[in-house]
Amino acid sequence: MDLNVLWFILIAVLFTGFFFLEGFDYGVGILVPFLGKNDGERRAIINSIGPFWDGNEVWMLTAGGALFAAFPHWYATLFSGFYLALFLILVALILRGVAFEFRSKDERPAWRNFWDWMLCLGSLLPALLWGVAMANLIRGVPIDGRMQYAGTFFDLLSPYTLLGGLAFLLVFLLQGALFLTLKTGEDLPERARQAGLRAGSAAAVVFLLLVIQSYSQTDISSRPLAAPALWGALVTLVLAWWLLRSRRYGGAFFLNGLTIILGTAALFSGLFPRVMVSSLNPEWSLTIYRASSSPYTLKVMTIVALTLVPVVLIYQAWTYWVFRQRVKARDMRY
Amino acid sequence: MDALWLARLQFGITSVYHFLFVPLTLGLSVLVAIMETIYVRTGDETYKHMTRFWGKLFLINFAMGVVTGIVQEFHFGMNWSEYSRFMGDIFGAPLAIEALAAFFLESTFLGLWLFGWDKLPKTLHATCIWLVAFASNLSAFWILVANSFMQEPVGFALRNGRAEMTDFFALLTNPHVLYQFPHTVLAGFVTASFFVLGISAYHLLRRSQLEPFRRSFRLALIMGLISSLLVAGIGHLQGQHLVASQPMKMAAAEALWDSADPAPLALVAVVNESQQANSFEIKIPALTSFLAYNRFQGEVKGLKDLQAAAAAQYGPGNYIPPVTTVFWSFRLMIAAGLWLILLALYSLYLWRRGRLEASPLVLRLLLWSIPVPYIANTAGWLMAEIGRYPWIVYGLQRVEAAVSPGVGAGAILFTLLAFTLLYGVLAVADIYLLARYARQGVAPGPDAGIVTNIGEVSLWI
Repeated sequence: MDLNVLWFILIAVLFTGFFFLEGFDYGVGILVPFLGKNDGERRAIINSIGPFWDGNEVWMLTAGGALFAAFPHWYATLFSGFYLALFLILVALILRGVAFEFRSKDERPAWRNFWDWMLCLGSLLPALLWGVAMANLIRGVPIDGRMQYAGTFFDLLSPYTLLGGLAFLLVFLLQGALFLTLKTGEDLPERARQAGLRAGSAAAVVFLLLVIQSYSQTDISSRPLAAPALWGALVTLVLAWWLLRSRRYGGAFFLNGLTIILGTAALFSGLFPRVMVSSLNPEWSLTIYRASSSPYTLKVMTIVALTLVPVVLIYQAWTYWVFRQRVKARDMRY
Repeated sequence: MDALWLARLQFGITSVYHFLFVPLTLGLSVLVAIMETIYVRTGDETYKHMTRFWGKLFLINFAMGVVTGIVQEFHFGMNWSEYSRFMGDIFGAPLAIEALAAFFLESTFLGLWLFGWDKLPKTLHATCIWLVAFASNLSAFWILVANSFMQEPVGFALRNGRAEMTDFFALLTNPHVLYQFPHTVLAGFVTASFFVLGISAYHLLRRSQLEPFRRSFRLALIMGLISSLLVAGIGHLQGQHLVASQPMKMAAAEALWDSADPAPLALVAVVNESQQANSFEIKIPALTSFLAYNRFQGEVKGLKDLQAAAAAQYGPGNYIPPVTTVFWSFRLMIAAGLWLILLALYSLYLWRRGRLEASPLVLRLLLWSIPVPYIANTAGWLMAEIGRYPWIVYGLQRVEAAVSPGVGAGAILFTLLAFTLLYGVLAVADIYLLARYARQGVAPGPDAGIVTNIGEVSLWI
């Protein structure tokens, strides 16, 4: 296997890891002001992801860094082309990151309420916009012969891509609710279950529409792995919803995690060997060969990644083990 | 206002703002780790209180460093796509390694440290903060490897219309990074030391919570003194290297228009860039030569000669950076550094004589000097980055060739205003929280937020 293919797979894995891990903490972030009736409950909800969210976010940073290192043209075209969308994601992530740190540092209710809403908005926007961005990747955007994005911000917003954004948002919301059923105590798991059921039903409908639309809007049907993975994601999503209904939370979390993994796999296998599809001319699409770094850089990065990634996985897994217990609101005083 | 100018302004604002938070992270993580280690080794509860107090200030600052850092990572793709294409082969690698090797470590173990007070054995818990400190400083190394290539390109070949990496090891041992890394990290230690000194001085002035703040003061004084002297020493060596590697930057830093042997040092000057001369200057003969070569002779090239040489090598154009800005930021950095060294030495003298707490003036000076390292850090970066103008990559790519061709001035202006506004608001909130907690001190008040374990959750936010 040549290194370009390996790096395409590694980047797909990094994005999968990012969506899988940060999916639930975006979901939890969105739910904070809705599920937490009082300050203690909100604190408990936030604490359920407290030790993890920062590490999860690094998956995104690593994916971004890896894009830059392995496929600089992909990085350049994507982020200069999706300029305002990315800007909105950045603003959201800034507000979200400081909200975690700032919200409890002052006890006035108005202050806390403000940061809780910033946490909600800061989780909702990236969830939605990453979905829009990913749908645009697979559907194709106007890229000219010089690898430059030739459209505007509004070209990124079509019914199909908005559907993609909504699907991401709802699947993440379900995942966040499922995480809370596993990690919180007292009444919170039941409330999270209700929220999860609602998000899950909506997610199933939107996802079905997305799958159907993908046949007309993209060339996913001609790709060997993409279409089955996409249908598989829909199946695991419905199964997750069903397990949630019967209060089998662990299995539901696992299955909806599989939805995220299969969905991302469908996306990247639908792209391969392209990394960005040009809607103007198939010849102008960026591929893993046109967009990549030199073989030498890919080799250096391969050695680095194969050395470091296992270590990272081990200590991140250990974190989840250390904080495996439930977080309970009544346990908290200020 | 054109896109290039706005993109440069935006990069300047977001980078300088990001770098307000980074140095404190670099140094304070180490100080907190030292405090917790003393606590673990001695069992002295005062050190535990100190760890938690300074740890909380560390966290408020750390969060700002992280969120503004995310912007920096994506900035290159957004506003500088042609730079990213030209440099991705070289620049992307250290950035990706920074995330893989440092950010993961930093964020994971910070989470463990923060929420693991009663879940981890003491030694392991202290190890977590040491790993955070190590990772923060490691991330500074990788980002400076990337930056140093922009100042002094090494280990590359120009192929396929871009700079391609040929020797990764050369990148890591770039002479520029060998000076820049210790200089930057130690500047972070200075920043943290004077942050701790200033806040400790405040409490010593008020005669509140004397014991923890005496101990904090002592630790920070030792670190501050050593690191500020080392910063100056390395800075001197770095200047000598600059004379050889980036003579234009050095000449601009000295506002030296004509080559001279021996070259004088202008203490102050009124620079007239259009006339290519200084209309007023106070100078010390031969001092620049001495600083450059450790002897009172030796030619230092002036801006005019360097301009002629650059024009001959790269074609017609203006290769002189904004001299006034480089000249004054250089002086500001050095003046700030000297002030900190003197202040630390005098504090040490008073401390040893047992007269420090009876010297309210010095304590006040220490408190008011908290911003001084920040001024030095910012000025240092302005000198380093503006000094390479008009190059974005020294000798390889000019700034105007690096900007995103598809992003209009309107879009950049919009994001520039939004980031600046957001950063401004966050700065106010951040300073408010820091001041509030700094004033409160280590005493675990009702809303200190430190909750030792109750039931199943450790809560320390």
